Amino acid sequence: MQEVYNKEIMPGVELTCIHTLKFKTGCLSMTLLVELDKKTASMNAMLPDVLRRGTARFPNMESLAAELDDMYGARIVPALRKKGEIQCLGFYADFPDDAFLPGREKVLERTAGLMGEMLLSPATSGGRLRPEYVDTERENLISDIKAEINDKRVYASRRLVELMFKGERYGINTMGSLQEAEKITVHSLTKHYKELLATSPMRVFYCGAAKHDYVERVVREALSGLPRAAVRPVPETHVPDSDSTAQARYVTERMDVGQGKLVMGYRLGEAMRRPDHAALMVFNAVYGGAVTSKLFANVRERLSLCYYASSSVDRLKGAMFVSSGIEFSKYQEAMDEIERQLEAVKNGEISKSELEGAKKAVVNALYSALDEPGGLESLYLDKSILGLSIEPEDLAAMAALVTAEQVSGIASHAKLDTVYFLTGEERDA
Amino acid sequence: MLKLSEYGRIGECVWHEVLPNGLKLFVVPKPGYKKSMAFFAVNYGGADRRFDTGEGWVDTPAGVAHFLEHKMFDVEGAENAMMTLSGRGASANAFTSTDMTAYHFESTDMFSENLELLLKFVSTPYFTQESVEKERGIIAQEIKMVEDDPDTAVYYGLLRCLYREDPVRDPVAGTVESIQDIDSQVLYMCHRAFYTPSNMVLVVVGDQDPARVRETAVEVLPDYNAPAAERDYGAPEKEAPENLHASSNMEVSAPIFMAGIKTGESRKGQDSLKFQYTASLALSILMGSSSPLYNNLYSQGLINDTFGFDIESTAGVSYLTFGGESRNPEQVCLRVLDEAERLITTGLDPDLFIRRKKAFYGRELRGFNSFDSVCYNIAVAAFDGYDYFKSSEIIESVTSEDVRGFLAKYMRPELLAISSVNEIER
Repeated sequence: MQEVYNKEIMPGVELTCIHTLKFKTGCLSMTLLVELDKKTASMNAMLPDVLRRGTARFPNMESLAAELDDMYGARIVPALRKKGEIQCLGFYADFPDDAFLPGREKVLERTAGLMGEMLLSPATSGGRLRPEYVDTERENLISDIKAEINDKRVYASRRLVELMFKGERYGINTMGSLQEAEKITVHSLTKHYKELLATSPMRVFYCGAAKHDYVERVVREALSGLPRAAVRPVPETHVPDSDSTAQARYVTERMDVGQGKLVMGYRLGEAMRRPDHAALMVFNAVYGGAVTSKLFANVRERLSLCYYASSSVDRLKGAMFVSSGIEFSKYQEAMDEIERQLEAVKNGEISKSELEGAKKAVVNALYSALDEPGGLESLYLDKSILGLSIEPEDLAAMAALVTAEQVSGIASHAKLDTVYFLTGEERDA
Repeated sequence: MLKLSEYGRIGECVWHEVLPNGLKLFVVPKPGYKKSMAFFAVNYGGADRRFDTGEGWVDTPAGVAHFLEHKMFDVEGAENAMMTLSGRGASANAFTSTDMTAYHFESTDMFSENLELLLKFVSTPYFTQESVEKERGIIAQEIKMVEDDPDTAVYYGLLRCLYREDPVRDPVAGTVESIQDIDSQVLYMCHRAFYTPSNMVLVVVGDQDPARVRETAVEVLPDYNAPAAERDYGAPEKEAPENLHASSNMEVSAPIFMAGIKTGESRKGQDSLKFQYTASLALSILMGSSSPLYNNLYSQGLINDTFGFDIESTAGVSYLTFGGESRNPEQVCLRVLDEAERLITTGLDPDLFIRRKKAFYGRELRGFNSFDSVCYNIAVAAFDGYDYFKSSEIIESVTSEDVRGFLAKYMRPELLAISSVNEIER
């Protein structure tokens, strides 16, 4: 097991350190947790991009990039993620471990320092974020929002989420909306930025060869200018009870594409009252999350309907999504088969090999994530947001004990909510 | 005999041997890791379409190497190997590129059994006409999925500008039409021609016993040492592109472009690695994120963070590419060529050159964290005949003059082709 150290080092700033000698590089991330909100989502999305344009000491990208090159190609990249109804924004860095560099380079210290500068002392003019940076990054955000259409699989999934969770925070795009993005000004963004620093809970994660007392010292130093006011609690994700009378909604949209994209959204309802995380993971692997799953074996292998058909479960929101790329004409056939396979799981038609395969896939994925710096970072951020007290290794051990009854129990609560189909243009015959 | 090579500077070592049947074997120890990875690769890909079977030259349809990859997972009298591996919790996959087909898995349990199965199914072809028929439907959907991807479209648009008839012009998976001609006979023929141990590499990364890996390879794989079929990519093409422009319209939010220049035939041995690093350094100094040009173009809104560049060396050819989203690709290309001209005339900023080399060293080091990347790079190096673990020394050896020489030789306006994908006009 890896050596894990966890501590609140400043008001609302929680540091997690994993000491390991396995990797050639260290990894450090600083993440602000903000409630997803229509009004602020676009500002949150673009903020890291504006901050990494320049700091007081390195006022443009060229001088910043030169500093990073000098730190043996350390990378500090803006990170924007959605976890349930929380928008996570900040920076993720990886950098060579000192042990493999000529001389004592102190790259961790320099990386933490530079990341702190990006967060706390950006390049400004007249006390505000620089207008030219805000302008370009607003344009970039707008083009990123528009660019979602380029990857049809991603686009179809986003559309489903938008439709299914209309009126819920979960339905808000991580990048916000064009309308809100266009409204952002230097003034509004600067004001919002200052408020975020003062009030948002922050998670700092490190893994690498350094010892935790040293990491704590350099992170404290890097964040010493953090102007904390009353820090908000970590936002919660609302999981509504399922409405047993509601009918599923079906939405079809057309575009000039060669392949149809089918996405189906389910709510897990009561299965989320006291969520059993290990069982949720195994359920997903049995149904559509693994190669041994029912969806892969039937929709792809048996019926050759598609190249991919898979499910994913959001354990924060209690939602499941099934996604597949199919011929336009196979819409009904594919949908029926996807539903039929879920029925089979509900009815407990789970073979020993399906269950074993699913459990092993979950265990393997958890263990493998422990062998990658990025995997570890993501696991521990999830753990912190979910409020889980168990370590990933324990979660793996619990997954290995999940029974077929637990799996069909979760399936029995799954209720189809919305179906989205992206299909080709109607053409004249 | 397995031999151990140690590379103290980067903290790596590797056990390696060429077995009597010609298989190149590598085992990279990774103590402390739970997962292990095995990567079994054939020097055979999408461009290897015309070859000598020993009984004469044959032409095979576009997409056959990729089709073969899909079908290799079938096992006679047993379930599909992908299912067996997945059932044991391993995460298995395969891919086909222009010049390589690779089968790999990563697992935290039952490694030896998984390795044995991997070696067995890849070396034992078993196809029926029925199973080939069924796969055609799945692959057709895969092809259609990729055809909807604008990045792929802009890339093949460029290759079709650069080359007149070289097989790299065709998508690796072929087209829905070209795969119609593939049957079990063709698949058996291609397997026989290329899936011979002397044309293959096995890489294992993880906390595994090298002697045991070797033993499994010797037991499972054929013991004869036969060469792979001779292949033909056609005559070398001229230096200038076949066409200067290509464009198409798709459902995209903003126009994207990719520009490219042919950089001669692919190189072999240590030269290949040196050329790659020289080219990468040259391109990054010219237009990488720490270059003055990148920052000017970015500030002026001519490029955004989708901008990137690459140097490719595959199946007898090599070429450089750069591109991303832009409203004005011609302007970006002009500025790139002007900046190249300036660097050629006035020389490189020595500080920038040194910093870029440091950054490259860090990037190589980072690559050793990733089992995928270690396996892939060792396989490429083995096929091209160089030592991947010497990369940091090669980076060190590249001089400012090498970089200038590269720019002067290739960054010329008459060599450049531009492919673009634009919005659909309504």
